Amino acid sequence: MPVAYIPRTRELYSAHEPYRWAVNGEPPPWAPLKKPLAECKVALMSSGGVLYRDQPRFHREDASYRLIPKNARRDELSVWHFGYPTKDAEKDPNCVFPLERLREFEAERRGGDLCDPTFTFMGGIYSARKVREELAPKIVTELRSRNVEAFYLVPA
Amino acid sequence: MCHQSVGLIAREVEAAGIPTLCMTSALDITQAVNPPRAVFLNYPLGHQTGKPDDRENQRAIVGDALRAFETINKPGTIVELPYVWDANDRGWEETDYTPGFMPARPKKAEADRAEQERRRRYTTANPE
Repeated sequence: MPVAYIPRTRELYSAHEPYRWAVNGEPPPWAPLKKPLAECKVALMSSGGVLYRDQPRFHREDASYRLIPKNARRDELSVWHFGYPTKDAEKDPNCVFPLERLREFEAERRGGDLCDPTFTFMGGIYSARKVREELAPKIVTELRSRNVEAFYLVPA
Repeated sequence: MCHQSVGLIAREVEAAGIPTLCMTSALDITQAVNPPRAVFLNYPLGHQTGKPDDRENQRAIVGDALRAFETINKPGTIVELPYVWDANDRGWEETDYTPGFMPARPKKAEADRAEQERRRRYTTANPE
């Protein structure tokens, strides 16, 4: 059974006002894939708080993001996030940032060309407005300037 | 919250003309934010593309997810993957994101020291 996270959040933060989740009743926007995925340039973004080498860590309500070179080694990555237990992701970032798997699929010509760099941020941002109006437009610019044709997002 | 943020970004990026696909392990949050394409995996938070150091598991999950880029043709579809975290123990479903599930947070001074140490490791000990 899928876990009901909205009620659990309400219980976990019962000392606070109930959080008002973003609810989008109308159908989402739609951009069809223009060709098979294997022929597309694919970008990866994880909200798991992954950092490359000496990049500064994230902080609360941080709508910044980091660029991670696609050839980053595992020992060059670390994780900072307050919203989920990061033990497994610190051991193996592929739990929330499947960089090694996407490199394999690229080499096998089944996952498309992986955009360099990849992108990470710390998804525990309470303000939906901040995500929509500050972070998202910057990501759109990053993806457009690199002619990305498919965008794969992984939360944590 | 991560699931909401990712879904919100996906909607903006898709509106700008770039197809998107979101992983999710929080079905109710993803249904509310309603991204264009999503793939649901019933795993504990922090493992949306698989188990640590389990390459085959991660390959199966990410491979299936990428296929959904091509198979989903109705906006707002969430495809469910069949993988089970632990066939013999569903206990995580009772405790995930409940009081006590997060490890105790280090004190600020301790956290700042750890951060300085992490950054120093790359800037001095291992220059590019």
